[in-house]
Amino acid sequence: MKKTLITSVLYTIVTAILLGLAYPMLVLGLSHLLFPHQADGSLITRNGKVVGSALIGQAFSGDMYFHSRPSAAGNGYDPTASGGSNLAATSSALITRIDASVAAEKIGNTPVPVDLVTASGSGLDPDISPAAAYYQAPRIAQARHLPISTVNRLIEDHITQRLFGLLGEPHVNVLELNLALDSQSAH
Amino acid sequence: MSLNGWLQITLFITLTLLLAKPMGLYMARVFEGRRTWLDPVLIPCERLLYRLTGVNPNEEMRWTEYCVAMLVFTAATVVLTYVIQRLQVYLPFNPQHLPGVAPALALNTAVSFSTNTNWQAYTPESTMSYLTQMLGLATHNFWSAATGIALAIAFIRGIVRREMKTLGNFWVDVTRATLWILLPISIVLALVYTSQGVIDNLKPYTTATLVQPMTATSTGADGKTTTSTVTTQTIAQGPTASQESIKELGTNGGGFFNANSAHPFENPTPLTNFLEMLSILLIPAGLVVTLGKMVGSPKHGWAVLACMTILWFLGVFTCYWAESQPNPLYHNVDQSNSYMLQSGGNMEGKEVRFGITGSALFATVTTDTSTGAVNSMHDSFMPLGGLVPMVNILLGEVIFGGVGSGLYGIIVFIIISVFIAGLMVGRTPEYLGKKIEAFDVKMAMLFLLIFPLVILGFSAVSLLMPNIGLGSLSNHGPHGLSEVLYAYASAAGNNGSAFAGLNANTNWYNYSLAVTMFFGRFMMIVPMLAIAGNLAGKKITPETAGTFPVTTPTFTVLLLSVIIIVGALTFFPALSLGPVLEHLLLHAGHAF
Repeated sequence: MKKTLITSVLYTIVTAILLGLAYPMLVLGLSHLLFPHQADGSLITRNGKVVGSALIGQAFSGDMYFHSRPSAAGNGYDPTASGGSNLAATSSALITRIDASVAAEKIGNTPVPVDLVTASGSGLDPDISPAAAYYQAPRIAQARHLPISTVNRLIEDHITQRLFGLLGEPHVNVLELNLALDSQSAH
Repeated sequence: MSLNGWLQITLFITLTLLLAKPMGLYMARVFEGRRTWLDPVLIPCERLLYRLTGVNPNEEMRWTEYCVAMLVFTAATVVLTYVIQRLQVYLPFNPQHLPGVAPALALNTAVSFSTNTNWQAYTPESTMSYLTQMLGLATHNFWSAATGIALAIAFIRGIVRREMKTLGNFWVDVTRATLWILLPISIVLALVYTSQGVIDNLKPYTTATLVQPMTATSTGADGKTTTSTVTTQTIAQGPTASQESIKELGTNGGGFFNANSAHPFENPTPLTNFLEMLSILLIPAGLVVTLGKMVGSPKHGWAVLACMTILWFLGVFTCYWAESQPNPLYHNVDQSNSYMLQSGGNMEGKEVRFGITGSALFATVTTDTSTGAVNSMHDSFMPLGGLVPMVNILLGEVIFGGVGSGLYGIIVFIIISVFIAGLMVGRTPEYLGKKIEAFDVKMAMLFLLIFPLVILGFSAVSLLMPNIGLGSLSNHGPHGLSEVLYAYASAAGNNGSAFAGLNANTNWYNYSLAVTMFFGRFMMIVPMLAIAGNLAGKKITPETAGTFPVTTPTFTVLLLSVIIIVGALTFFPALSLGPVLEHLLLHAGHAF
């Protein structure tokens, strides 16, 4: 028993150093050597300032920008408190929230694409569906005095299709789309 | 449901089954001590490790010694993780200056990670320092997985060996599982994940200037609502990739971030999502082939895999179908599926890049096994969609199952199956030449009974306490019952996923769930090892015409029926008051 105890303690210490320090440091070194941009968070800089990460969503409001999905992370898109709403399909709080989002996003009588009024699992979803992007195009075009075809083409350029035409779902990165929209308007 | 969705699901299961054979044969080589191509690098490491820790690799252990070594080792790792969490404020790699973790939470987390549960009652990005993540938690991902594999191998030896008293050497099995299996695959996967965007650094959190300032509304303690303008976003960082790869490979499932595999830094693309799911099933499916190989009956392995694949399919079909349905309570929302434009369906709690298919498949796979990583919030699933993860856990996580724990779990079900087959024809049951006698069946039943006892017992007690138990619920009506039931099922099954609306960071839930996780792991391992030790001592009975064959479709169907009947008889009443009732009420237009 005493021998088992000593072995257990020694084994814990030695493997903790191997698996808890040496292994993560090896991966850290290799990932910075091979993929430094990704390992540091795929950060986007404009004029020398970090304006966000290509993988982390931001909240947008008003008529000038494409809106992201509702977020349950902190006060909205807070990466220090990621998570979903965890409201059940039968939750009246959820239904009230969805109704409010529908009222805010609705254009004319067309039903709103579902992802635009539902909160994501992470609360940081950087994407919306192509349906949700096209849905907002008329509002953006009007607010920015752009032809709707220009906005639609911008959306089309920013759709990430399924990998190998098979894996995942088509999606549009909202932050990148809005940054492109800003530079389009600046021209 | 869509054609593209079914193509993704078909590709997934095809690759899983194709990988099972090479993986299983490789693991058999590793544990039978035969040559592998990694030997030149790893054998010197192995020898050094034994020398440093005083292990004699040639020492054989009886089942009791094997069990004691496993328990004492686990206790030592629990102490280490508890201490690191409590002291993290004084230790390096804590750029956010996070304070020490509170005792109840630290104990819950240490037990949770050592039992391969990885239940998390905290938000990691605001609770755990980088050192705690690496040295306190990532390490457990390896240790608990390696321990699970070692136990499964010991159980297989119990079947294979004849008239022997020993099951192998615990330290050797854990070491070989770590060095030959877990570590090399983890390194490769971690780098693939980083290439896709999974972060891996030790930087302080990044402050980004928002493109458009945001108005945040918060309600203070006095109930007054205040609005403020937020101009920056604090982006959490950390050594994620190295933990992400072992998180799924070891069927652990503890997220580096609160949102787990829904977080874009843990699971940025459909490719990482697919690889994370594949790596979850890689070892559990492989171990079934290892079983077939080591007992000298590959066909038996495939008969068991067939049973698992059928149960997997039933789960994924139900979950995918349920999540594709529109929520009848939404108005003016387009929930239809369109190949080019949107996945539609129940998108609350799901990520756009994964859609319904990638989320439903992940939810099924993570609960078939003891993983519990999530890429969508199970609490927000449709009632019957959320029923699937719950049922998967309640069936004992034997649909491929956790690394090691899935295999010894299914062997216990096999013992019960051959026992029932034996009763039907009136002969002493046999399993691969070993007579199954009273002691083995008693231990198998103990294994099967502890599980519902802790789940239903603790759920009932929680429901009887209006403040302490029910005060933690975030949803009401039948879904409230589901939240509590899911929590104890997840803890007992060492899964770790949650209907996360339940606020589990209270003293009652932290301590009672810690006890549940402990029972769900060790109170099931002890009877399992007792069976293994007992089987190892038996003679081989030659096969006769009366022996129930364990390689045929009849066997697959019998095993399938036993798993479903045992699970259904035990849990159907509770499930019918939770998700089933909720489904009926939802379609009658009720909200709570």
